[in-house]
Amino acid sequence: MATENNNMAMPKKNPLSLQIDLSKFEKATDDEKKQQDVMSESVTFFKDGMRKLMKNPLAVGSIIVLILVILMMVFAPKFVPYSYEQIITVEGKRDKSAANLAPFEYSKLETKYIEQGGKVFPHIMGTDELCRDYFIRVVYGTRVSFLVGVVAAVMVVIIGVIYGSISGYAGGKVDMVMMRIVDIIYSLPEMLIIILLSVVLRETLQLDTFPILHRLGTNMVSMFIVFGLLYWVGMARLVRGQVLTIKENEYVLAARAIGAKPWRIIRSHVLPNCISVIFIAAALQIPSAIFTESYLSFIGLGVALPMPSLGSLASAARSGMQSYPYKLVFPAVMIVLIVLAFNLLGDGLRDAFDPKLRK
Amino acid sequence: MANSEYLVEVKDLKEYFPIKTGLFKSVPLKAVDGVSFNIKPGETLGLVGESGCGKTTVGRTLLHLYKPTSGEFRFNGELVTDSNITRLRKEMQMVFQDPYSSLDPRMKVEDIIGEPLDVHKLYSSKGERRDKILELMELVGLNAEHATRYAHEFSGGQRQRIGIARALAVNPKFIVCDEPVSALDVSIQAQVINMFEELQEKLGVAYLFIAHDLLVVHHISQRIAVMYLGRIVEIADADELNNSPIHPYTLSLLSAVPIPDPNKAKQSKRIILEGDVPSPLNMPSGCPFRTRCPYATEQCEKECPSLTDRGNGHMVACHNK
Repeated sequence: MATENNNMAMPKKNPLSLQIDLSKFEKATDDEKKQQDVMSESVTFFKDGMRKLMKNPLAVGSIIVLILVILMMVFAPKFVPYSYEQIITVEGKRDKSAANLAPFEYSKLETKYIEQGGKVFPHIMGTDELCRDYFIRVVYGTRVSFLVGVVAAVMVVIIGVIYGSISGYAGGKVDMVMMRIVDIIYSLPEMLIIILLSVVLRETLQLDTFPILHRLGTNMVSMFIVFGLLYWVGMARLVRGQVLTIKENEYVLAARAIGAKPWRIIRSHVLPNCISVIFIAAALQIPSAIFTESYLSFIGLGVALPMPSLGSLASAARSGMQSYPYKLVFPAVMIVLIVLAFNLLGDGLRDAFDPKLRK
Repeated sequence: MANSEYLVEVKDLKEYFPIKTGLFKSVPLKAVDGVSFNIKPGETLGLVGESGCGKTTVGRTLLHLYKPTSGEFRFNGELVTDSNITRLRKEMQMVFQDPYSSLDPRMKVEDIIGEPLDVHKLYSSKGERRDKILELMELVGLNAEHATRYAHEFSGGQRQRIGIARALAVNPKFIVCDEPVSALDVSIQAQVINMFEELQEKLGVAYLFIAHDLLVVHHISQRIAVMYLGRIVEIADADELNNSPIHPYTLSLLSAVPIPDPNKAKQSKRIILEGDVPSPLNMPSGCPFRTRCPYATEQCEKECPSLTDRGNGHMVACHNK
């Protein structure tokens, strides 16, 4: 927009001078100024971590596998017409010919029934030696393993976090006594205690008298208690270590200067800052509990029959391993799938959320 | 209750930390060893000294973040004890040195500033809480639109403003400023210091301004106290201390201040002290400064000098000067 008049007013320019003709400029409007206000979106710690997690193909894969397993656990019993404890019946008659069928095979009675025009739901994984549908038993076994794993992790988190944060925040003599207790529990031979407790608890607590617990399978409850009692020590140590470092931060001092009570400081400053570590440890706790449960069931100390568990199914299949290898393969594959998925997910969570690995 | 002219009266404050040397043995680390000073309402007392001389410990002990070993601290004439400290924390607050670690990274700005309001239940509705927070943010020059952001999204100067807003939330009469500008850029330092002065004019708060930068302290304080190894060696009006320092330690501190004029700088003589600061675990007998003092005599070895008035409220702890 430079007019000739303006050019006249300006002194003559040197070819290399940086002199600027002001008339060529105009002030930015408010709208234009706003466009320059580039500020990134406020990203919370959780969102940022989730974004990183979703970029990890192994973690995403294991999330998908876990979702599929959970869907199977929830919905399979709804549309499979067999029960985990019932012998297969055809038109109200017990089908004794249905023992040890191969996957998708029908028994003699069933074939006859189909020829007459009836419909029989296929035995996806065959049947066991007592003429029960194997697929539904594996599904229930998975349910048991999953439940044990998740409940154990929840109990470990609750006990471990409370114990660890009190010990770490209080410090001094309280911390020393509490940590020596942890050391003692840590030094007990784990397997032996689990075996002893799971045998003894059932009798002493008389869990069979509670109807709700009875439905769950009595031994399952004692298993929850055993895992809760033994596995929290690792979590307590971890949380204590975290609390010890976090409480040295000036923001904790600032909260004390404000007049906040210890419990408030733990709740609103200390725990939110170590939640990612707790989260990761809990995710890695689940597969170890599942593994222990399978192991216990395998040696016959797990969930009481006829409730199946992946471990007891594998144990039962061992006897007929040469004739019916698939009976061992199905529960074993299931255990591997769940444990592997949880482990990979735990690793993915650590990569995404662990403050030490960030930046 | 307020029967004295001073808001803050500290008498012979001591803070010893036990250092374990064996299984059952422990040696006291004398971080603060008998400090006394007074602050009037609306006044700023600067506290200077080198690293590790106990400046920060004095500030923290006043707020009972460390339990004082002995000594008396009266606030508004009222003796501060464990039982009334929670109530008194509404009257006195603290601004911290490092704006990066003094704000919880998992909290939004509004929650950081609102925490004192939550703790002391200073609002009746959510709306009132929000209004108060926005008012505080305006007061310290923060954009109210940023209330829902996290601390890490701000620059150092802005973070320090958040810290100041948090301290102001309870409407205190006295704020301990623990080196509030030493972690900031020089240009930002000036902004923050000017803000401290403006806030003092507006709200009439008193400051205990801890710093190691003499120029900053001289700029903001009415009076200055110089600390060495857990003791105050000299207290005087800011100008008086700057123009006619008496204690040899203050002299050497002042001579270390850089002069922005090279011609003048050539003329001035730097007093360089010999040796290192003695360990507070193993304090020299008598005057703590005698090991490095050019004027030390036998008397200094035997007795520790106490603060004596040299006129006009200029107090010095030295036998020889």
